[in-house]
Amino acid sequence: MAGATPRMAVEIAGIRMRNPVMVASGTFGYGVEFADVLDLGRLGAIVVKGIRIEPWAGNRAPRMVETPCGLVNAIGLQNPGAEGFIRDYLPFLRTQGVPVIVNVWGRTIEEYKRVATRFDGVEGVSGLELNISCPNIKEGGIAFGTDPKMAGRVIAAARKVTKLPLIPKLSPNAPDIARMARAAEDSGADAISLINTIPAMVINVETRRPELANVVGGLSGPAIHPVAVRLVWEAARAVKIPVIGMGGIAEARDAIELMIAGASAVAVGTANFTNPHTAPRVIDGIKDYLLRHRMRGVKQLVGSLGR
Amino acid sequence: MQPRKQTPRLVRARVREHKALRGDYRFLALEFQAIGSLAQPGQFVHLRAPQLAARVLRRPFSIYSAKGNRLGILYKTVGQGTRALAEVAVGERVDVMGPLGRGFPTDRTGIVPVLVAGGYGVAPLSFLAGRLRVRGVVFVGGASARDVVLCVEDFRKLGWEVRTATEDGSRGIKGLITAPLDAWARKNRSQPLEFFACGPDGLLEAVGRLAAKGRWKAWLSLDKHMGCGLGACLACVQKVRDASGKETWARVCRDGPVFEAAEIVW
Repeated sequence: MAGATPRMAVEIAGIRMRNPVMVASGTFGYGVEFADVLDLGRLGAIVVKGIRIEPWAGNRAPRMVETPCGLVNAIGLQNPGAEGFIRDYLPFLRTQGVPVIVNVWGRTIEEYKRVATRFDGVEGVSGLELNISCPNIKEGGIAFGTDPKMAGRVIAAARKVTKLPLIPKLSPNAPDIARMARAAEDSGADAISLINTIPAMVINVETRRPELANVVGGLSGPAIHPVAVRLVWEAARAVKIPVIGMGGIAEARDAIELMIAGASAVAVGTANFTNPHTAPRVIDGIKDYLLRHRMRGVKQLVGSLGR
Repeated sequence: MQPRKQTPRLVRARVREHKALRGDYRFLALEFQAIGSLAQPGQFVHLRAPQLAARVLRRPFSIYSAKGNRLGILYKTVGQGTRALAEVAVGERVDVMGPLGRGFPTDRTGIVPVLVAGGYGVAPLSFLAGRLRVRGVVFVGGASARDVVLCVEDFRKLGWEVRTATEDGSRGIKGLITAPLDAWARKNRSQPLEFFACGPDGLLEAVGRLAAKGRWKAWLSLDKHMGCGLGACLACVQKVRDASGKETWARVCRDGPVFEAAEIVW
């Protein structure tokens, strides 16, 4: 039906969103930081910066360096811990009328279990994104994200202790993303999200020293977008659960591309730094696209890749 | 944590004036509604130059002047970001977010204010010099005369005494500005001095040490590479000591860029 308003609302892993555009963990703080310049209620969902059961100081500075069409970061998952987040940040987020997905991580399976247990039944938390793919800490993180067996154990452990929707966030470094996606599905994941940053390094050639205190970090931004498209496409074909696509979205066409590749929802990351209004622009752009292509809603777009 | 009471704005600001000054310095004036009543000295704006499309981060600039609807930025072309900004023409629009961060306190009375500027750190101090309730002395240091002459007239017109030093001796005393500053502070050790500094870390650390020795207060404006500018990404962190003496990370973009020297752990 030409001219009718396309349906933007989606439901991912039981989480109802007014549109398929979320903001990615680590690029949006705990929401309140962006509330100054953006109406958070416009977003599909907010994925907050990674939370551990106990507070974590993160890496030494410098923690971020800009690269062509991207940046490499090694923040090192600094966070106030589960109690700090629930006390200092969640009350504000609860008032914003937007689903909140808490990104959680641990150094051991036991820590994942503890943090997942803590958030079970907490008012104002709609789901958990299990971070098994951060390249910037020595233990946990990516160590779980490159081995399907280990990933499966983390997910299964969290599954036992919470009724919240579980969304493992996958690493682009997994040797076989389809196998990893299936391992997540088989272990009780309700959806998967990908990609996390790509392990990277920048050297200052004048000083011949690494630019980051952590030496290595994770690359994000438009530079990684085509990598994300490929991995989302492969993962989406391998599983029945929804895929949340992210990696270098700077404008609506990037989000649409990930949805054509099979993503049921998307997340804007690094572009939140470039312009805090990127996510609403992407939302408007998707709506325009659906109108222009006479589609009834985003569902028609998801996985619509032709050959 | 709650949103700030006085919220920054994200606007597409029209360029009203853009000219080269001495050295590699440039002055940019933008149309920004009510910036004169919004901005505090020491705060910054986060800019995106349209000419820098392949870069993902904005660039922070201290506010040099804010009057009515006119926002002034004094900057030095030092890297890709500032060189791209230099290409912006009058009439074009620039994406600006601000004012951001915590600036200098302007309501201090019963003090002798001592402003200490290193290089382009002079910009926010020039703004501060017009907003402080009392007048005092300004120390301006830089590599050469081209670095220090910029705001000297601004300061003098506002009733400040100015002292300069250059590393090459082309203006004022030869050497670092900290030498004449230390000597002057020794002579005025019984005065209720209070320091306001902006410049490289080495200068700030030296001002902090000097202030601690004389049991004076010092306010330091830090310059760090920033990501989001809003306090979310945690890239521009500085180690500080909180009220209980515990070491923790502060976000330069949101908790600063101005800190009391005693808080900072170098």
